[in-house]
Amino acid sequence: MNDAVPVPDRDRLVWMYRQMLRIREFEERVKATFTEHPGVIRGHTHLADGAEASIVGSLAALRTSPGPGDQVMATYRCHGYPLVLGSDPNAMMAEIYGRATGLCGGYGGSMHLADPERGFLGTSGIVGQGIPQATGVAYAAQIRKQGQVVLCFFGDGASKQGAFAEALNVASLWKLPIVYVLENNSYNVVTRVEQEDANAAAGEPLSVKARAFSMPGVTVDGGDPVLVYDAVAAAVGRARSGAGPTLVESKIYRLSAHGNIIAPPGVPLHFPEHEAVAVFGAPEEYEAARRADPLPRMRDWLTAAGALDADAADALAASVAMEMSAAVEFALASPYPAPDEALRHVYA
Amino acid sequence: MSRRLAYIAAINEAISQEMARDQSVLYFGQNIATTENDEFLKAFGGDRVRVTPISETAEIGMAVGAALAGYRPVVELYMAEFMLVAMDQVVNEAPRFRYMSGGRVTVPLVLKAGYGFTAGWAGQHTGSIYGMFTGVPGLKVALPATPADAKGLMATAIRDDNPVCFFHHYLLTLEEGEVPEGEYLVPFGQADVRRAGDDVTIVATGAMVGRALAAADALAASGVAAEVIDPRTLVPLDMATILDSVRKTGRLVLVDQATRHASAAAVIAAEVADQGFGYLKAPVKLVTALDATVPYSKPMEEYILPDEEKIAAAVRAVIR
Repeated sequence: MNDAVPVPDRDRLVWMYRQMLRIREFEERVKATFTEHPGVIRGHTHLADGAEASIVGSLAALRTSPGPGDQVMATYRCHGYPLVLGSDPNAMMAEIYGRATGLCGGYGGSMHLADPERGFLGTSGIVGQGIPQATGVAYAAQIRKQGQVVLCFFGDGASKQGAFAEALNVASLWKLPIVYVLENNSYNVVTRVEQEDANAAAGEPLSVKARAFSMPGVTVDGGDPVLVYDAVAAAVGRARSGAGPTLVESKIYRLSAHGNIIAPPGVPLHFPEHEAVAVFGAPEEYEAARRADPLPRMRDWLTAAGALDADAADALAASVAMEMSAAVEFALASPYPAPDEALRHVYA
Repeated sequence: MSRRLAYIAAINEAISQEMARDQSVLYFGQNIATTENDEFLKAFGGDRVRVTPISETAEIGMAVGAALAGYRPVVELYMAEFMLVAMDQVVNEAPRFRYMSGGRVTVPLVLKAGYGFTAGWAGQHTGSIYGMFTGVPGLKVALPATPADAKGLMATAIRDDNPVCFFHHYLLTLEEGEVPEGEYLVPFGQADVRRAGDDVTIVATGAMVGRALAAADALAASGVAAEVIDPRTLVPLDMATILDSVRKTGRLVLVDQATRHASAAAVIAAEVADQGFGYLKAPVKLVTALDATVPYSKPMEEYILPDEEKIAAAVRAVIR
């Protein structure tokens, strides 16, 4: 544990677990919508199950007060971050259902959530392209001089984009207040990381990429929110002090397939089996990942530490389930936008 | 009050005046502000004026981020072709964010890019590539042809709350003209009728405006009165002024340095066919670059570009 990083107390640890549950429960409802309400979710949806500990541990390191809050940009796999930052799950589900009451009025959908009032400035659906954008937010934070830090989330695949190299070079050169959280879930869609990453192929962690940009790089077990919190909080402290960026590789395992099937209209959408099973014929790998699911892991840890008893854990789960059921009900009952709303917001 | 100023100096004056007026305006890009003697650096300091690496995706992507966070970046890109390295940020990021967020964020930024450098720069630094950007909802496109418009359109671009591609023509860099002092704004979407005439409408952009005016002078000697219109911005496009003119003249010649199918001329021709077909007494004529990469050698370079003679010939063809 880093000395400079405050140790989360019992309430904070339970808060972390609750946020992890909220993300999982929200996304279980999204996934279930494909079978329970076919046609309600269109296009391509990506789930973060398996990444909850990493998301929550990272965001727990951010400042919400005093002063202007820290800021976050992420990818098309974006449901978890705004939930933790305080976005309304009703509005988020309504956005994914394409409703007028959606977080972005039905203009963005699952891949493009944005909630600027809560510091979530948006996402790019194009791999790696959000990295320079978040770096620009950090440039703004640096010259605004109010101590803000930016968290930039992206996946292992994005770290092979030119945008990654260009942005990390500038961030280190200018000592920008940003932390790059590389969520390494081992798969770039259906390609294993060892098949497309020179560091991984050489048996090295992806955080060694930081060396090329003269910034610190650390690799952390992304299945434990406290370990992620420790690493990211240390990096946030460094960024806020003016010492510059850090690359944090958070090792996670995505428990769902990359996304729902890509199919033309008329074909019912659904989530296929995970690529380890469906493509690589490695069910044992997938089952091992399921046994290491960060949610029961955190629950067991809290229980063993005496921070949460079984009744309290069940009550927590029940309250979160109720919250997310209400989000589905709200979204289903919400109206669609008027068609001619499509011409609003093209220009400011 | 106005005084004569070079086109490039007029652009710099607009950036400088807007930076003085609004603390949120930033200016960064390659090979600027590398010494303490840089005028922008001296005036506005190293927070707001920065040299970047040769990293267009980072430069434009960071401009998007800084804009999302409340600033108004102007990115110095030098050559329009360098935007192609970062096409995703220009086309699929900057103009999408506001819309995808349902209007919850804005992305005010200016991409300052020179184009049309047909002075022996050969195939990769000479294109007139604005057509790649005019069909992208959410982007605006400005194409100044005079020093005054260069100043006024740049100031308007910086104050606009949307991403703007500001394409300045390299052949006009040192052209001088009267430029108003102090605050000067040219509104977007307002064409300039550079010369009035009843016989034929010529629409031209950038350096082609000068060639169209020269052709109009030559035609006047043979009794043909050409009206010359410079749209000044392609997005938004002032079709009303063009249609009013065509209603009057019944004849339309479109001059464009871009290749035919990538030109603004093709778009304007389609709009006139759609909205003003009944006004036409002759087919619309397009005088564009020929369909080739810009060649290095001078005779070949001149051969593929619109010139005064080609414009006058097109006018004679529709007047007949």
